Amino acid sequence: MILLKLTWKSLWNRRINLILTVVSIAISVALLIGVEYLNKETKASFLNTVSGTDLVVGARSGPIQLLLYSVFHIGNATNNIGWDSYQKIAHNKYVKWTIPLSLGDSHKGFRVLGTNQDYFAHFKYGEKQVLVFSQGKPFAGVYDAVLGASVADKLGYKIGDKIIVAHGGGATSFSLHKDKPFTVTGILKPTGTPVDQTVLVTLEGIEAIHIDWRSGAPTGIKISAEKAAKMDLTPKVITAFLVGMKNRITSFKVQREINNYSHEALLAILPGVALADLWHTLGQFETVLRIITLFVVIAGLLGMLTSIISTLNERRREMAILRATGAHPSQIFLLFIIEAFILSFLGALLGMLIVFIGVIVAQPWVLSHYGLHLHTWMPNLMDAAILALVILFAVLFCLLPSWIAYRRSLQDGLSVKL
Amino acid sequence: MNVITIKELRFCWKGQASDTLSIKQISITKGEHVLLCGESGSGKTTLLNLLAGILSPSSGELNVLDQNLQALKPSKRDRFRADHMGIIFQQFNLLPYLSVVDNVTLPCQFSPLRAKKAGDDKQTAIRLLDHLGLDEALCQGTVSELSVGQQQRVAAARALIGQPEIIIADEPTSSLDTNKRDHFLKLLFQEANAQNSTIIFVSHDPAISGHFSKIIELADINRI
Ligand SMILES: Nc1ncnc2c1ncn2[C@@H]1O[C@H](COP(=O)(O)OP(=O)(O)OP(=O)(O)O)[C@@H](O)[C@H]1O
Ligand SMILES: [Mg+2]
Repeated sequence: MILLKLTWKSLWNRRINLILTVVSIAISVALLIGVEYLNKETKASFLNTVSGTDLVVGARSGPIQLLLYSVFHIGNATNNIGWDSYQKIAHNKYVKWTIPLSLGDSHKGFRVLGTNQDYFAHFKYGEKQVLVFSQGKPFAGVYDAVLGASVADKLGYKIGDKIIVAHGGGATSFSLHKDKPFTVTGILKPTGTPVDQTVLVTLEGIEAIHIDWRSGAPTGIKISAEKAAKMDLTPKVITAFLVGMKNRITSFKVQREINNYSHEALLAILPGVALADLWHTLGQFETVLRIITLFVVIAGLLGMLTSIISTLNERRREMAILRATGAHPSQIFLLFIIEAFILSFLGALLGMLIVFIGVIVAQPWVLSHYGLHLHTWMPNLMDAAILALVILFAVLFCLLPSWIAYRRSLQDGLSVKL
Repeated sequence: MNVITIKELRFCWKGQASDTLSIKQISITKGEHVLLCGESGSGKTTLLNLLAGILSPSSGELNVLDQNLQALKPSKRDRFRADHMGIIFQQFNLLPYLSVVDNVTLPCQFSPLRAKKAGDDKQTAIRLLDHLGLDEALCQGTVSELSVGQQQRVAAARALIGQPEIIIADEPTSSLDTNKRDHFLKLLFQEANAQNSTIIFVSHDPAISGHFSKIIELADINRI
C-alpha cells in the first residue's frame, strides 16, 4: 500500500514530464484499438448493406467485382445482362422478389441508379430495415428522382428541384443529359449504406435519356423529353439485379441454376460469401496494418522506458532514503514496476477515451461523407486483451530499470552518490 | 546494557584488494552519544552501513540490540533496521514529492512496531517537528520550501519518530554553519534523551566533540 502511495506521489511530482509519456502511449493504443474498431465497423457496415439480399446477379465476372459494383457502387460493370434473362429469373418459382439495377450514369459525383418501385418495396438493410422517406415519395413519372440522404444533404436539394444527369461516372463528366432533367420527388432518411450516396431514378428514365444515344455518345438526332416519355421505354439491358428468395435455403439451388443459365453468361453470388472472400483477400493487408500498429505501441512503451531510465540517476538519492527508512531492495524493484504499471494503465485508458470521444465526434461526419454508420465505441473483450497486453509489455520493459535500481540500492547502501 | 557489540570485524568492498575495515572491538551502551571521527575515506560510512545491516561483514561478530545481524535474512535485516534505527544523511534527506509530515512518518509505513510506538503518527510528527523548532505552518508545506538547516531537522524528526533504540547520523551538520550546527545538536540530543535513544554520529568536525559522551577515532581502532 505504501509503495502504491509512494509511486503515485512520485509520479504526481513529475507529472509534467510524464504527461507526454502517457499521451504517447495513449496515442499508440488509440491507433491500435481504432484500427481494429474501424476494421470491424467497415465489415459490419458492408454486411448491413446486403443483409436483406439473398443473391446478386450480373454478367459473368469475378464475384467480388460483381458485389462491389452492383451493391457498393465501387468500380464498373464490364457487361450488362439482358432484360429477358432478368424476367425469366424473376419469375422463377423460388424467387420472392427482385430489384433490377441499372448503373452507369452519375450526378455531381454521385451514382445514378435506375430501378423500379420494387427497390422501395423490397430493399432491406441492417436488421431488416426498409427504406424510409424523410420527405416526399417514391418516383412515379419517367423523369422523377429520389435522393439518398447524403446526396440531398451535400448538394442542398429539396423536393421539386431539377437535376441533370451526366453520362458516365465522375464529378466532371462533360457529356450531360441536359435536355432531360429529373425532378426530385423524394429524399430518403440516412441508412448508413451506399444508398445514401445514390440518386435513384426509374429504369424508364435511364432508357429515355439514352434514347437518342448510341454506344455512349449522342447520335445527333434530338428526341425531346416529352416525346421520349411516350415511346416504349422497356429497357433492353440492365446492369445487375438483387434477388430475395421465398426460402433462403433455396438460394444455392437458384444460384446454381443461374450460373448454368445457357442463353447468357450470368453470375449469381451469395453476397455474404463474396464479402467473406473479399475480407479474406484483404486479410494480408490487415495483418500488416496490425503489425504496424503493434510496433507503434511498442515505440510508445519504449518512450516510457527511456523516460524511466533517464530518471534513475536523479532518483538514486530517493532509493537510498527509502532503504534507510526500512525499504527492502525488492520493494525498490516493485516501485519501478508499479510505476510502469500505472503509466501504461493510464496511457491505455486515455487511449480508449480518445477512441471513444473520437468516434462520437466523427460519427456524423463519417455518415455524411462515407455513408458509414459508426457504432459508438464500447470496450469489448478484445480491447481488454489489448489493455492487458500493453500493461504486460510495459512491465516487461520496465524490468530493466527496476533491476538497475535494485542492484544499485544493494550497492549504494547509505552512501549515496550524487 | 550493550546496544552494539563488535568483535574481530572485517570488511572488504567487492573489487577492492585490501580490507576497508578491520576492527578488534567496539561496544556502545544504551543512551550513549558516540562521535565517530576519522579522515575522509577511512571507512566511517562503511561502518555505519554495517551497523545498519545494509552491508554484511566479511567475518567477525556484529551484535545490535543483542541480535546477531548475520543470523538474519536480508529482508529481516531491513525490517530490523526499520524497527530499531533512525538514519540521518549529510544532506538531501527528504523525498521531494512527500509533504514534510509524510517524510517524517515514512518509517512508520515500513515498520508496524514504530507505527505502534508513535501512536497517531501525524500528531507525533508534528509534535517532534515542533520540539525541533519547526512551526506547524512549515510542516504543512512542501520540502523544497525549507532551508537546509530546516531540512536536517525534518530528517532528525524522521529518525526519532517511533522511538528507535539507535539513531545513526552521517555528517548531518556538515552543511550547517556553527550556530545552526550547535542548535541542531542540542535539539537532537534533547529528543534522543527523552526517548532514551543511543546516538552514533559521524563527523569530520573536531569542534563538536564536546557534545559527546564517547569519541571513537576510527584510525585508532581500525588495524589497517
Ligand atoms: N560502494 C562502494 N564500492 C566500493 N568501494 C567503496 C564503496 N563505498 C566506499 N568504498 C571504499 O571504501 C572506503 C571507505 O569509504 P567510506 O565512504 O566508508 O569513507 P568515509 O570515511 O565515510 O569517507 P567520507 O568522510 O569522505 O564520507 C573508500 O576507500 C572507498 O573507496
Ligand atoms: Mg562518509
